[in-house]
Amino acid sequence: MKEKPDTLEQAVLTEYKYGFVTDIDTDVIAKGLSENTIRLISSKKNEPEWLLDWRLKAYNHWLKLEEPKWANIKYPIINYQDIIYYAAPKPKKQLNSLDEADPELLATFEKLGISLNEQKRLTGVAVDVVMDSVSIATSFKEQLSEIGVIFCSISEAVQLHPELVKQYLGSIVPMTDNYFAALNSAVFTDGSFCYIPKGVRCPMELSTYFRINTENAGQFERTLIIAEDESYVSYLEGCTAPTRDENQLHAAVVELVAHTKAEIKYSTVQNWYPGDKNGMGGIYNFVTKRGICKGDHSKISWTQVETGSAITWKYPSVILKGDYSIGEFYSVAFTNNHQQADTGTKMTHLGKNTRSRIVSKGISAGHSQNSYRGLVRASKQATNARNYSQCDSLLLGDKCGAHTFPYIEVKNKTAIVEHEATTSKIGEDQLFYCKQRGIDAETAVALIVNGFAKEVMNQLPMEFAVEAQKLLAISMEGSVG
Amino acid sequence: MNNITYFKDQFEQLQEANPKGTIANLRQNGFDEFTKDGVPTYRDEDWKYTNVSSLFNKEYQIAENSSVTLVDVNALRLPGYKQANELVFVNGRFMANLSTIRSEATDLIVLPLEDAAKGEYKDIVAAHLNQSSNYLNNGIHALNTSFIDGGVFVHVLKGKEPEHAVYCYHILDARENPSLALPRSLVLVDESSKLQLTESYTTLGSSDSFNNQVMEVVVKENAYVEYYKIQNDVANASQVSSTHIRQIGRSYVHTVTITLNGGIVRNNMNLVLDAAGNETHLYGLYLLKGKSHADNHTLIDNLKPNCFSNQLYKGIADDTSTAVFNGRIMVQPDAQKTNAYQSNKNILLSENATINTKPQLEIFADDVKCSHGCTIGQLDEEAMFYLRARGIPKESAAVLLLQAFAADIIDQIKPEPLRSYVSKLIYEHLAIQ
Repeated sequence: MKEKPDTLEQAVLTEYKYGFVTDIDTDVIAKGLSENTIRLISSKKNEPEWLLDWRLKAYNHWLKLEEPKWANIKYPIINYQDIIYYAAPKPKKQLNSLDEADPELLATFEKLGISLNEQKRLTGVAVDVVMDSVSIATSFKEQLSEIGVIFCSISEAVQLHPELVKQYLGSIVPMTDNYFAALNSAVFTDGSFCYIPKGVRCPMELSTYFRINTENAGQFERTLIIAEDESYVSYLEGCTAPTRDENQLHAAVVELVAHTKAEIKYSTVQNWYPGDKNGMGGIYNFVTKRGICKGDHSKISWTQVETGSAITWKYPSVILKGDYSIGEFYSVAFTNNHQQADTGTKMTHLGKNTRSRIVSKGISAGHSQNSYRGLVRASKQATNARNYSQCDSLLLGDKCGAHTFPYIEVKNKTAIVEHEATTSKIGEDQLFYCKQRGIDAETAVALIVNGFAKEVMNQLPMEFAVEAQKLLAISMEGSVG
Repeated sequence: MNNITYFKDQFEQLQEANPKGTIANLRQNGFDEFTKDGVPTYRDEDWKYTNVSSLFNKEYQIAENSSVTLVDVNALRLPGYKQANELVFVNGRFMANLSTIRSEATDLIVLPLEDAAKGEYKDIVAAHLNQSSNYLNNGIHALNTSFIDGGVFVHVLKGKEPEHAVYCYHILDARENPSLALPRSLVLVDESSKLQLTESYTTLGSSDSFNNQVMEVVVKENAYVEYYKIQNDVANASQVSSTHIRQIGRSYVHTVTITLNGGIVRNNMNLVLDAAGNETHLYGLYLLKGKSHADNHTLIDNLKPNCFSNQLYKGIADDTSTAVFNGRIMVQPDAQKTNAYQSNKNILLSENATINTKPQLEIFADDVKCSHGCTIGQLDEEAMFYLRARGIPKESAAVLLLQAFAADIIDQIKPEPLRSYVSKLIYEHLAIQ
């Protein structure tokens, strides 16, 4: 390609927009992880005995595990004793409405483009805001509770709906699942909890916004969504973090349960701080997300736009247990500079006539490495299982890498599984076509990349689609040359 | 663990008998690596779907002597043998007395590997033998390396296109004891020359056999190679067959692997494209019945720009068989303008059969076109209906469709007597229910 014009050099220098730090009074516990840390977190959250036991069990199991090495990512050894496991803006008093929230906090979210006040007036999205280790505010709670929808932070759910939490927590991602899930189970501090009762179609998008603010803090949130029979919910998740030189750890667990004829749509726009252009700093995003289509005719759909994080290690999966259940995975992963992403999905077909669809679009630029890793498994009982997977990679620049590792395991003779993948760079002919029509190179590339990602972007709820497209454009800045 | 002790004893005896030279050094390295790595388990990513531990708990004999005679060889000759150079390996050792070289020595040279390593080919053997270990760093490959003994060196001379093809017959004599063979060969296809190479495998007797083979092929500028592997051995014959082809000059390679019968069959087909403008075609067909387990691993490492590769592997799994395909394409940073295509198509015929497939792309260059696709499905119902509506019984219709499915690959076998032979084998294989 041709030399970079000056404007592009400028664009390279564009800093991460959400990199500011909010100076807010924070309750921080000492660094380090031990049984005492867990007891302290548990007591700070005023948790029941069973949850503390569960945490300690997870911790003891975690001690026996080794950090997984199989992913196509490289990072220095994480010192788990050098992380703050609990940091909360204080004072943590129960807020009845957003007006009571710390103005500094509101300003923070205003700056992030999440105007909580505005959200109050605008219909459409109910937001749960998590800063560092705790949930700060949840909007539209009352309106939602009128129709029986429970939407609150998980700490609140532990207090108010212990029976639900006890029943479902760890039922999809057991604490023994993997290294980071075990760690999360031991030290999770907050997250969102949604419960959609039978027959209810949740009238608005539910949304959680995650923000890491405190230095050296790790964020370990836990999200649990339960959709009872014939219910529907669309859930959004967004995240940002300040610019810092050291790496911060984010190890979350998300569990979804869809009962008979229920549908859960889970969308993520992940924009953690990706590190600077030399690969300094950034968030390690090691997340375990899994949903189970428990009942017949249920459906779970994951949509993700991954543009942030220094390292992404994330495989939102679906266990298709109910007959006729459907699992979907739509992903756009964009990596620039020195980012590394190893992401994909697992579709486990157990029930009869189950269907799954995977569309993954990877875009790599700069020195980044972008991997798709997926597993489609049709078990012996999964009669008429059907899967279609497509993963395409686009390479912008000659220093980056794009990789695909799809695993396909079929044990049923009536199953039909298809997989296709392509890797290429932007076609010269496409670029030529645009430039010939007076569109400059950068806009043309943005146009083509947007077209490339469109199939996934279309799956996002409207409020997010606009944001995600902008985000993609920002992340791409300066990657064309 | 008895086995390991046995290997150690055998290895020490071998080293004592021939303690010096390139090959002895390689053996030592190989054995050190084998001791370190051991036998791969399902925890090793490359062996996730193929459990080879069962191959190592038998009382094998690495037999020095065998009573295999020309009469035995006659029974397993491939069609067109009268026009071919026939290399016979018994229990992994090259048997000059059973082999027939029909080409002129000015076209093609066949030497015991040990002789080649000492004589005028000394440097060539030193430069090229065991380059495969850079890619196949596992205990099984290392075990083969620790027992390099009685191997063969084949050289197609510069500018020569021998009219006689090369047939390799691997005979494992399991008439008395379980047989383990560790054949090793090095083939050098020199500049502007041509080679057609076919390998087949036969186990004699009813004991188990395990053929742990490594063949390295070095292809130079302007050379043309066709390589055929026909695996149609008995049900208790297992093998790990590694073919490591390095195209170090702009050249053309065409390979076809046919797997019909056997116990655990693992094929490593590695292509290292170490020169600009290489062209490579890999084809494979596996038709599994009974308890057969076939695992085809292919690797294409694109090191230099402007290479083209195409892969098509097709398979049918019936009864309780397991088919594994792992296709890996690597495009290194220098390998701009790479075009690499890969396709894997499978048909699952039985409730108890399994297919695992994993096409992999690892790409570090931007100006490339790479794609892979794989499918797992059944016989097309509409096609079945069409045939049955015309009075063709169900079984015959199925055989007809499966044959058509296999035809894509059979057609890639270029030499005629061989193609009809394989086609007939496949027909018979499919027709027996």
